[in-house]
Amino acid sequence: MTVLDSKIPEGPLADKWTNHKNSLKLVSPANKKKMEIIMVGTGVAGAAAAASLGQMGYKVKVFCYQDSPRRAHSVAAQGGINASKNYRNDNDSDYRLFYDMLKGGDFRAREANVYRAAEVSNSIIDQLTAQGVPFAREYGGTLATRSFGGVQVSRTFYASGQTGQQVLLGSYTALKRQIAKGNVTMYSRRQMLDIVVKDGQTQGIVCRNLVTGEMERYAAHAVVLATGGYGTIYFLSTLAVNASGAAAYTAYKRGAFFANPSFIQIHPSCIPQLNEYQSKLTLMSESLRNDGRVWVPKEKGDKRKPGDIPVEERDYYLERRYPAFGNLVPRDIASRAAKERCDAGYGVGETGYAVYLDFADAIKAQGKKTIKAKYGNLFDLYQKITGENPYQQPMKIYPAGHYTMGGIWVDYNLMTTVPGLFAIGEANFSDHGANRLGASSLMQGSGDGYFILPYTIGGYLADKIKSKPLSTDDPEFEKVENEAKNKIERLMNIKGNTSPLAFHKKLGKIMWDHAGMARNEEGLKKGLKEVTDLEEEFYKDLKLTGDTSSMNQPLEKALRVAASFEISRLMLRDALNRKESCGAHFREEYQTEDGEAMRNDDQYMYVAAWQYKGDGKEPVLHKEELKFEFVTPTKRSYK
Amino acid sequence: MKLTLKIWRQKSPKDEGKFETYQLDNASQDMTFLEMLDAMNEKLISEDKDPVAFEHDCREGICGSCAMMINGKPHGPGKEITTCQLNMKAFKDGDTIMVEPWRTNSFPIIKDLVVDRSAFEKIMEAGGFIDVDVAAVPDANAYPVEKHKAEEAFDAAECIGCGACVAACKNSSAMLFVAAKVSQYALLPQGKIEGVQRAWNMLMKMDELGFGSCANTGACETECPKGISLAHIARLNREFIKAGFTKLAGEKR
Ligand SMILES: Cc1cc2nc3c(=O)[nH]c(=O)nc-3n(C[C@H](O)[C@H](O)[C@H](O)COP(=O)(O)OP(=O)(O)OC[C@H]3O[C@@H](n4cnc5c(N)ncnc54)[C@H](O)[C@@H]3O)c2cc1C
Ligand code: SF4
Ligand code: FES
Repeated sequence: MTVLDSKIPEGPLADKWTNHKNSLKLVSPANKKKMEIIMVGTGVAGAAAAASLGQMGYKVKVFCYQDSPRRAHSVAAQGGINASKNYRNDNDSDYRLFYDMLKGGDFRAREANVYRAAEVSNSIIDQLTAQGVPFAREYGGTLATRSFGGVQVSRTFYASGQTGQQVLLGSYTALKRQIAKGNVTMYSRRQMLDIVVKDGQTQGIVCRNLVTGEMERYAAHAVVLATGGYGTIYFLSTLAVNASGAAAYTAYKRGAFFANPSFIQIHPSCIPQLNEYQSKLTLMSESLRNDGRVWVPKEKGDKRKPGDIPVEERDYYLERRYPAFGNLVPRDIASRAAKERCDAGYGVGETGYAVYLDFADAIKAQGKKTIKAKYGNLFDLYQKITGENPYQQPMKIYPAGHYTMGGIWVDYNLMTTVPGLFAIGEANFSDHGANRLGASSLMQGSGDGYFILPYTIGGYLADKIKSKPLSTDDPEFEKVENEAKNKIERLMNIKGNTSPLAFHKKLGKIMWDHAGMARNEEGLKKGLKEVTDLEEEFYKDLKLTGDTSSMNQPLEKALRVAASFEISRLMLRDALNRKESCGAHFREEYQTEDGEAMRNDDQYMYVAAWQYKGDGKEPVLHKEELKFEFVTPTKRSYK
Repeated sequence: MKLTLKIWRQKSPKDEGKFETYQLDNASQDMTFLEMLDAMNEKLISEDKDPVAFEHDCREGICGSCAMMINGKPHGPGKEITTCQLNMKAFKDGDTIMVEPWRTNSFPIIKDLVVDRSAFEKIMEAGGFIDVDVAAVPDANAYPVEKHKAEEAFDAAECIGCGACVAACKNSSAMLFVAAKVSQYALLPQGKIEGVQRAWNMLMKMDELGFGSCANTGACETECPKGISLAHIARLNREFIKAGFTKLAGEKR
């Protein structure tokens, strides 16, 4: 029997959240003032939650590693944010958004959570608009929308190709307002290193002040992790280079189960790696597939310029394989299809690992001006990086690591398996199953932050109104701080020859080769060994310079890399365990004749949640069976 | 290619700091500027030296972390790009490149190229938001916004808070940064309501924090990586004058 209780409320799908809200205990305004909450992370999830909780009257402390909360990785999101407004009258609804997400995730998410995410989506757009987010408008002044992959309606709200920036700034300004009112205190330039758990309950955190190097202790009644995803595991990814799963790993070590770690999204349209020096890959938003057509030459190794290849000699392989959705198939499918063509020798560009994303037809049909208005800044970004003009020649794109569906296991209240420790946004595993649909992360993060966590956390805190947070002088704080200090000392004292950056690059290659777009038993086992060997080398040969009592960026990086080894192993183990292909998780052994993913619902219709059992020990797998009461899982087809 | 780098080294806020000269032999035109600094730092680590501290995160021109003067220009040569978007193709073999932090009293140096930009945070807290509570809002389509106004508001909202405008200004004024926010909201019905008060509060805070007044040279616009237009400063001034006239803001202060 599993120890996991998802706490999904009873009742009809559409009533669950309302019923649950009505049954949640409240904390009175007088008591809220005494309740302290720590929020780690200021992305769309953390900023929204902190603003919302501050407004409710809780005492909130917020942490981020950047110098300002406005710089959280969310700022880089491009394409848009979904909501089931049905503003286009295309018969959209909460149910349809829910169904698209559930199907997009290959039926590996909880019905109740996904429905709730859809249900709160409209309020997010209202909220952000009221906060001054300049979403794109129609000529009549109402909000514009566009389409994203895996759906047949137009429900994605956007602000040019910088939606994440605008959504984040909307929540950031709401956060600033609460800081100005004194309800929220901001602690930037802090790296959270550990979580303090005592008497079976979360008590606070330990951080390193990145300017002074000092260790700091903070106590609270509850801690919320809004620390984002671990896509940088591949080294090259579309994420901010300092993003990592280190915070989530800390939670895992303190008893929070880690769910579906191998579910990681590889985004189909990124600017391919151009050279060996590259430190990051740049995304070209999925929205481009609204108008761009993906193709490769029909002839292997055709070296002609794209413009010289006549239409009949081009293979628009997405349109050919998936006529119903064409270029707008979901990401996992588009990525695998690109890999398939390139592996088979049809790829373009210098390395042969790229495909064309062509706007010529769209420009002909709609005019350059319209295309520019829709995607101008993305075209500029592309040109800045590659030196090629996408108005004149097709973009070259290739898949790259992008988003982690896996993450910290949470119940319906967004609480982890450690009482008082919550996880929101990309850091949790909850809503996207085995593959995330475009524009649904800003939505989920904002929804968790503004409208879900602020209610569910009250249910937990209502029982704590008589207790004060643990004193930071408590021996448990002392112990955790010392552990963190010792870890830093250990790293500083290795005095080997290799920098943390070099280790990250090596780890990234192992993970991309063995746990990337296609996986198989042999490779995964090999990966496990290679990661462990590399970790050993890390503790023998890491080199850090400088001291610990001032800013030391390589040390910050080394701490992130140290956590990445165990996350890597979790990913590999989870991928080995899941002997099926679903969503982004593609096991080569389990595919249909035409190369589509072969799910195994009889054996793997569950969330795989891993429990830490000690360093060097095998983690224990717990299964949360997924029950589908309201929809019948079907074979996911976009043909 | 081979480069000579003159980089500002300063251990801590109190340290005096000075330029150090480094040779980098394995740079490539394929690198971005930050990748070149990565390579420089790998070299320093291998020589047991403390690598150069600099801020960066997104590496695609949107988070506003990266911030440095390169050959005397904020974010280096090139128009409308951040340091992380600067390509080494802008330099050639044998070049000497000067790299230093933003130079302004309002942004004290923390270490090497890292400065403390929390003054921007304080300006934002003084009024860089719309006074609206979570959940107390109408349907998003309840207030239509003319398309061109929404686009102009977006142009202003593109500011990434990098501080190049301050670094470029001979008076170290933060006018463009403040104007971008004030203007974004003034253009939208949701934000217009408090527009005058906001302009007043943010400008007063800017003054209080020791930023200079607008020098009217347009250096900020030239160096702004997001191309924030001076027209926003004009709009800010209009809001500010209104504030003076009505005295409304003054009294509330
Ligand atoms: C290039 C790109 C484009 C995208 N486009 C879209 C899109 O168009 N639509 C969409 O819906 N989604 C998009 N996504 C996904 C989406 O942006 C992210 O999933 C989402 O923004 C994550 O938000 P978050 O609040 O969970 O975390 P993040 O924004 O990642 O924030 C993490 C926060 O945690 C803090 N933190 C982390 N670790 C620590 C620590 N140890 N100590 C202290 N602080 C810590 C950081 O400082 C930061 O504040 C895109 C992603 C990428 C990479
Ligand atoms: S106005 Fe321009 S230069 Fe100034 S902070 Fe904003 S983006 Fe940077
Ligand atoms: S690193 Fe984000 S703007 Fe340069």
